[in-house]
Amino acid sequence: MTATLRVTDLNEADLSARLTCDGLWLTSGPLTLHIRSREPVVRQALQTLYADHTLAQSDFADFHVQVGRVAGLRAWVRPQVQFHLDGRTPFKPLPHAQSFAMLEWGINWCIATYCHQFLVIHAAVVERNGLAAILPAPPGSGKSTLTAALIQRGWRLCSDELTLLDPADGRVVALARPVNLKNSSIDIIQQFEASASFGPECPDTHKGRVAHLQPPRDSVARMHERATPRWIIFPRWEAGAALDMKPLPRAEGFIQLAENAFNYSMLGETGFRTLIDTVDRSDCLSMRYSRLDDAIAAFDRLADEARQ
Amino acid sequence: MIRDALLPLLRAPECAARLTLREWDDVIRQARNANLSARIAADLEGRGLLDAVPPGPRQHLVAARAVGARQRIASLAEIERVRRALDECGIRLVLLKGAAYLAADLPASRGRVFGDIDLLVPKDALPNTESTLLRHGWISSHLNAYDQRYYRQWMHELPPLRHINRGSSLDVHHNILPLTARHPPDPTLLLDQAIPAAATPGVWVLAPADMVLHSACHLFHEGELDNGLRDLVDLDGLLRHFACEADFWRMLEYRAVALKLQRPLRYALRMCSVMLATPIPAETLTFGGAWPSDARERLLEQLYLRGLRPNDPTAGDAWTPLARQLLYLRGHWLRMPPHLLTAHLARKAWRNWSGHTDDDETPAPDAIKPERQL
Repeated sequence: MTATLRVTDLNEADLSARLTCDGLWLTSGPLTLHIRSREPVVRQALQTLYADHTLAQSDFADFHVQVGRVAGLRAWVRPQVQFHLDGRTPFKPLPHAQSFAMLEWGINWCIATYCHQFLVIHAAVVERNGLAAILPAPPGSGKSTLTAALIQRGWRLCSDELTLLDPADGRVVALARPVNLKNSSIDIIQQFEASASFGPECPDTHKGRVAHLQPPRDSVARMHERATPRWIIFPRWEAGAALDMKPLPRAEGFIQLAENAFNYSMLGETGFRTLIDTVDRSDCLSMRYSRLDDAIAAFDRLADEARQ
Repeated sequence: MIRDALLPLLRAPECAARLTLREWDDVIRQARNANLSARIAADLEGRGLLDAVPPGPRQHLVAARAVGARQRIASLAEIERVRRALDECGIRLVLLKGAAYLAADLPASRGRVFGDIDLLVPKDALPNTESTLLRHGWISSHLNAYDQRYYRQWMHELPPLRHINRGSSLDVHHNILPLTARHPPDPTLLLDQAIPAAATPGVWVLAPADMVLHSACHLFHEGELDNGLRDLVDLDGLLRHFACEADFWRMLEYRAVALKLQRPLRYALRMCSVMLATPIPAETLTFGGAWPSDARERLLEQLYLRGLRPNDPTAGDAWTPLARQLLYLRGHWLRMPPHLLTAHLARKAWRNWSGHTDDDETPAPDAIKPERQL
């Protein structure tokens, strides 16, 4: 048996050849992704952001995805790209500079739309000592910034956007995909950790400036390790606010988690039981913060207390 | 090159045990494209074969099974709401297609995923039906004046209704073919023969032969075949199920003549037997003469062999796009006479070109937001 190849083991020409011809087969947690694209920015981004991901050695892909140019007159004036899943194009095209962002958004959509073997929650999730902190939060609450900071300080990244809970054992299944940061969050994390590695930045999406942060090597290496839910934390960044962490009634945690789930009602009783189990074994907390270091210290304290 | 992964599995689910992972890869993507994942999951589970599927593809079938189960519960609840609403004004709820198979608990409803609830009411009951449904929250979803007129003047149904809170969709029909079609059948014949749905008290469905004929007429007049294979699978399921009813095949031919739906029936029988190996008596298979009767039928068979396969690149060949386009044009051709068709298609083309499209439901790619769950 040959040693497992990682993306970083491929030279630029090899990666490029794969992406344009047979496609790149990647492992992301429980999923095998088959990716094709001729866009140079997609190759550059994959090379940086998925460097530590292993190439899948399988004949089966969960999703065959492609980011390709839209044909026609537009191809010459303002080129656009389209996301393809099995030959279908579920979205409106985007300017070609956003090719990689479109790939990431497209994969998120595939998971949220089809992976009903899991309870899928719109939340970040990080792990320490086998225990998971789930961070469901509306956009703008600083969830991704906090996640990006936590994973620079020893927390393992399971997922930044989609929390997968397996109804069979109630545990978190990791994806270890890049963290999507927007606008000033990009600068904040660059200042917070100089060694943090980013993919190409794309200037003006409808969300503003977007860049992706490479997941830590350790998070990628341990993507198959499951984590047990222990905390459900609703973070809120507020300029100048002192750190304030308060317990939240479980019922409220439950409702908020359910409202952030993609398929809670779809899964019916299974969804209800999975969510009840998750809330039962977790502390529900709301956290207001302004300084990342304070927030991380608070997270670390939680991890230490849980250990004792 | 056409790679048939889904069709063999639909014909004989037992062959699942022998599939390689490479073949499963085609099965899963084709089933996802054809809206048949939940059906495959149900077929395999019913035979105790689901656990033997390799983990990768099995996950997708488990996910699809959840979708199917949820849809079943949600649709039955919605059917009951429609029934209660119509009951207020004394209109009988006669369901068509997916909702009917579900209400009658037919095998064709196993793992069948559908979006709309279709119902048939007498034409003179339309105003009353529409206002009653409106009072219960179902409002017209096509608000553009052209679309309203298009439906009301030419079509066999009201503009689709959507529930203001739950988002469920209702298609209220007063016939099974557009008023502008060459030979629209007499809908009173269908309503007169409707029978109570076995599993849902107070709800009615078409008689077995009529149910098959409506399904055939719908599929073989339709130009957009995104759910074409799923509809053919419906026909296969109905034919297999009703085959054991006394007199079914004779009745099927008799009603096809009465409803002027001989051609759609011929196409349905032929394509079911060729693509899904549906057991059909030899004398029924030659209803209207041996197949093909002429060059048109020969051509249509070739077109449908492509158009009815899953709309996935792995299930098509170089001819597939052309076949789909021709079937699209044929669907419109059957729908209305040439002068209306020209005006309608010109209008659609202008809308697409100018970007003034109404069915602008394609989302921006990052628009993944949890829908209201509670």
